[in-house]
Amino acid sequence: MELEAIPRQFKIREGNMNKSDNASDINMVINKYQTEILEDWLQNLKEQSTRIDTFSDEYLRKQCAMFLKSLANATFNNQTADIYGHAWDEVRNLLTEISQARAKQGYTPSETALFIFSLKQSLFSKLQTHFAQDAALLVTNIWTLSALLDKLGLFTIEVFQKSRDQIIMRQQQELLELSTPVVKLWKNILALPLIGTLDSERTQIVMESLLQKIVDTGAAIAIIDITGVPTVDTLVAQHLLKTIAAARLMGADCIISGIRPQIAQTIVHLGVNLEDVITKATLADAFVIALERTGSSITNQQQD
Amino acid sequence: MDRIPILRMGKLLLVTIQVDMHDRLAMTLQDDLTERIVKEQAKGVLIDISALDVVDSFIGRMINNTAAMARVLDASTVVVGMQPAVAITLVELGLTLTGVKTALNIEKGIALLGKRVP
Repeated sequence: MELEAIPRQFKIREGNMNKSDNASDINMVINKYQTEILEDWLQNLKEQSTRIDTFSDEYLRKQCAMFLKSLANATFNNQTADIYGHAWDEVRNLLTEISQARAKQGYTPSETALFIFSLKQSLFSKLQTHFAQDAALLVTNIWTLSALLDKLGLFTIEVFQKSRDQIIMRQQQELLELSTPVVKLWKNILALPLIGTLDSERTQIVMESLLQKIVDTGAAIAIIDITGVPTVDTLVAQHLLKTIAAARLMGADCIISGIRPQIAQTIVHLGVNLEDVITKATLADAFVIALERTGSSITNQQQD
Repeated sequence: MDRIPILRMGKLLLVTIQVDMHDRLAMTLQDDLTERIVKEQAKGVLIDISALDVVDSFIGRMINNTAAMARVLDASTVVVGMQPAVAITLVELGLTLTGVKTALNIEKGIALLGKRVP
């Protein structure tokens, strides 16, 4: 395929040089049939789109018109080989904007790429009308345009993927920040309600925020509540023990609370050693112990 | 020659580590400390490491050894003022200093020792 392709490319350049002061064929065709191509393209887009919550017609028309215009500008000098060149800046910016908007709206990659690919049909039919007499020129132009639109389509997907990745990363970060609150329960008593699985990255953040809070409040006891931790395997247990050891180095004792029956069984079956750590079934029990340790107590004023 | 000062507070000794530890300094400190414990009949030792930002396994082991030596001489040791980052590093290194008591600051360290040393 490649070997075949090269002579064709040469041919295009030759043809272009013959009419050196003129715009490229593709540019000519786009400019000549601009309105027709636009209508046809919009029609294609609407037919192939399966979404209900699409952009408004007016908005889509504006986008398409802008894209056609910048495509015409970019193809003016027939620099179709490298879409990362300077001539393509405008097109790339426009595509980036469109892809990012679609990624945020939750479009699929193929729906996003359809924006470019649905242009093929409209452009090809116009090329056909334009070069009805010259079959060789028609083929070369169609080939160039096809390669070009493929590249642009791939670029769209690339940008789409990138913005998706960014969205995911941001959400991950937000989730991490959300999920590690350290609460002051009482004078010198902190609580750390853990929700979700503990991986090493989260353990690090949990540890840091707990230790910082110990320094800030001068707490002597921290209650780690694992009611919201779905499973406790050896790795999670190891992370818990690490956190406890670090808190102990700062002079604070830790109590683990919220251990569900299944988790108690799992811990014993796995042979995890939690003997050096105070464990309680509920946060309330842990709190009572913590109060005792810090010299406070709760009395019930109402007699039953 | 560089030395780490050892201060006496009643029946307690206070060691404040503020400089980078190296082998000879650690050896000198252990020599000095053991001698002072015997001389002053100290019952408790406070090691303040609040000025340490960076630790390695050597310092971790040194603290452990010093505490063990003090214990042999019937003085309990409390490590006080550890920075959060230092605590995390020591845990990652696997040095949890079991057998050494810890406290958040000097005040709490004294209170902790006060229970044992009247």
